[in-house]
Amino acid sequence: MIEVKNLTKNYGDVVAVNDISFTVEAGKIYGFLGPNGAGKSTTMNIITGCLSASSGTVTVDGHDIFDDPIGAKKCIGYLPEIPPLYTDMTPLEFLTFVGRAKGLKKQELSSAVVSVMEKTDIFDVRSRLIKNLSKGYKQRVGIAQAILGNPKVIILDEPTVGLDPIQIVEIRSLIRELSKEHTVILSSHILPEVSEICDEILIISNGKLVASDTAENLIKKFNPETVTELVISGDVEACANALAAIDEISKIEIDDAAEDGTVKLFLHIPSNEDIRQKVAEKIVESGALMLSMNTVKASLEDIFLEVTSENIGVLTREAETAEQSAEESTENGTEETAEACTEENEEKEDEEA
Amino acid sequence: MSAIFRKELKSYFTGPIAYVFMAVLLVTTGIYTMIYNLSYQYATYEYVYGAVSFIYLIIIPILTMRIFAEERKQKTEQLLYCLPLKMSSIVAGKYLAAVTVLAVPCAITGIYPFILSLYGNVNFKIVFVSLLAFFLLGAALIAVCMFISSLTENQILAAIISFIVVFINYFIANLSGFVSGSSFASCLCLMAVIVALALIVNYLTKNKLLAEIVAIVLLAALLAVFLIDPSLLEGVAPEILNRLALFDGFYNMVYGLFDLGTVVMFLSVVVLFNHMSVVSLEKRRWA
Repeated sequence: MIEVKNLTKNYGDVVAVNDISFTVEAGKIYGFLGPNGAGKSTTMNIITGCLSASSGTVTVDGHDIFDDPIGAKKCIGYLPEIPPLYTDMTPLEFLTFVGRAKGLKKQELSSAVVSVMEKTDIFDVRSRLIKNLSKGYKQRVGIAQAILGNPKVIILDEPTVGLDPIQIVEIRSLIRELSKEHTVILSSHILPEVSEICDEILIISNGKLVASDTAENLIKKFNPETVTELVISGDVEACANALAAIDEISKIEIDDAAEDGTVKLFLHIPSNEDIRQKVAEKIVESGALMLSMNTVKASLEDIFLEVTSENIGVLTREAETAEQSAEESTENGTEETAEACTEENEEKEDEEA
Repeated sequence: MSAIFRKELKSYFTGPIAYVFMAVLLVTTGIYTMIYNLSYQYATYEYVYGAVSFIYLIIIPILTMRIFAEERKQKTEQLLYCLPLKMSSIVAGKYLAAVTVLAVPCAITGIYPFILSLYGNVNFKIVFVSLLAFFLLGAALIAVCMFISSLTENQILAAIISFIVVFINYFIANLSGFVSGSSFASCLCLMAVIVALALIVNYLTKNKLLAEIVAIVLLAALLAVFLIDPSLLEGVAPEILNRLALFDGFYNMVYGLFDLGTVVMFLSVVVLFNHMSVVSLEKRRWA
């Protein structure tokens, strides 16, 4: 549906978007995730033809946005970060104007306007001036404007910013509704939002696309191991030694800061295999007492922080130097670097792909 | 284009601007008609247009100040950029809407000579040529001021700069008589024009090299002419000022001289500044 190739945008010496490439398939919800100023809005502005690119190409449904802007724009409905509304018009007047500008014929215009107003639930406020509407309603008018004329792709730049929690839930369900008929691209710096609604996540940081995949795959890729948390009491040393005999466990962390004599153990299991039974047996063998066992799931948040943190450069350097030593030193405390190394490698592969 | 045109026209008439614009124009015309034709009993209605034209200094900048500056301020220009419309049709739609607001009071003042003709002789040919000139002058000034509005997001600034530009234009023909016509002065004047041109090229294209080439080539040509035959440049400076004076051509037509050159001049100004607005808006996309 949309193909972005080697997109770069410079503002003078500042590189806002740096060599981004990705493909958007029809019928899915895509989420641009990134901290403020990462280049999300710039990328969206270029895709929608509001901004030129310094280099690279964008093709929307076969139309090049720079060579055939009108054809490409007809396939896109766009809600910029600040909804572009003429505040001295009513939603009805505004949507009628946008419909005309989008080239809707007279016969279909009023029915199309009414249908988008019903979809976005603004029919009741259609004759009030936009400047008197609440932020949530303004946002809806913005979305109504974007979906008017049934474009194939709908691009929403931070659609839930500044809304109250109830409105956020409503807008999200509206977006999900829209995704049944349209391809949706949205951006956000709020992680749960993206992981909740989107099929695919594109993480942008400092103008670069650092990761793109489904939420599940991202978690798998960046946190390739499962961590099992144990709470035990009794002979911790013996217990840890007994557990170390299990092949699947790569690393055991001991946290004895807990109160009333219990100790927490974190078992790192790279293979994601279910070894709960083995663990239980070993603990019983060692004579310690197991009070609880759960599997800690890595959240997307960790990945987000990981890939967007400014320390990426530092990590890469560490990873390079530690590359050889990483394999042999899994037992003696360099695990952290080794982890960083694997993650960095994953990430590089991802970028190359 | 029609969508933009209708939206713009509607917004003129939902706000006070169009009403104020038309009221001021009609009241001023009414006052001058009363003084010239009713009180002094001149038999020449066209003098009214000549006298009223000064009101353009005030009302045209007010009419045009918001055209693009407001879109930019309200961030609605993004909508215009992402709608499937050509930039030229957006500009044309907005321009035509503003010209329509001008055309309505102009048409109304066209009724006055018919009323006057009930009580005396009116030379309709001269009257309507001067009405045409009056309208075209307004249309040309709207194009210029609309371009100025596209350069800033501050409406007030747009209005002030527009006022200054129209003000200078209003007096430029009178001032040209004081400008030295010697070839040296003309050479300096042309140099200033060339530098201004190069600055505009630089601003609109963001291409320093192109601007420098334009400046150097033109300056070299000018110097060559000046060194080879300075007499060619004699009287050029006042002439340039005269040609730039939109009001001067207007006065010629008001006093009964139908000058096709002036009409072409007004229309070229309209086309040129509409195009400059398009370039200025496109440029923002390429910033």
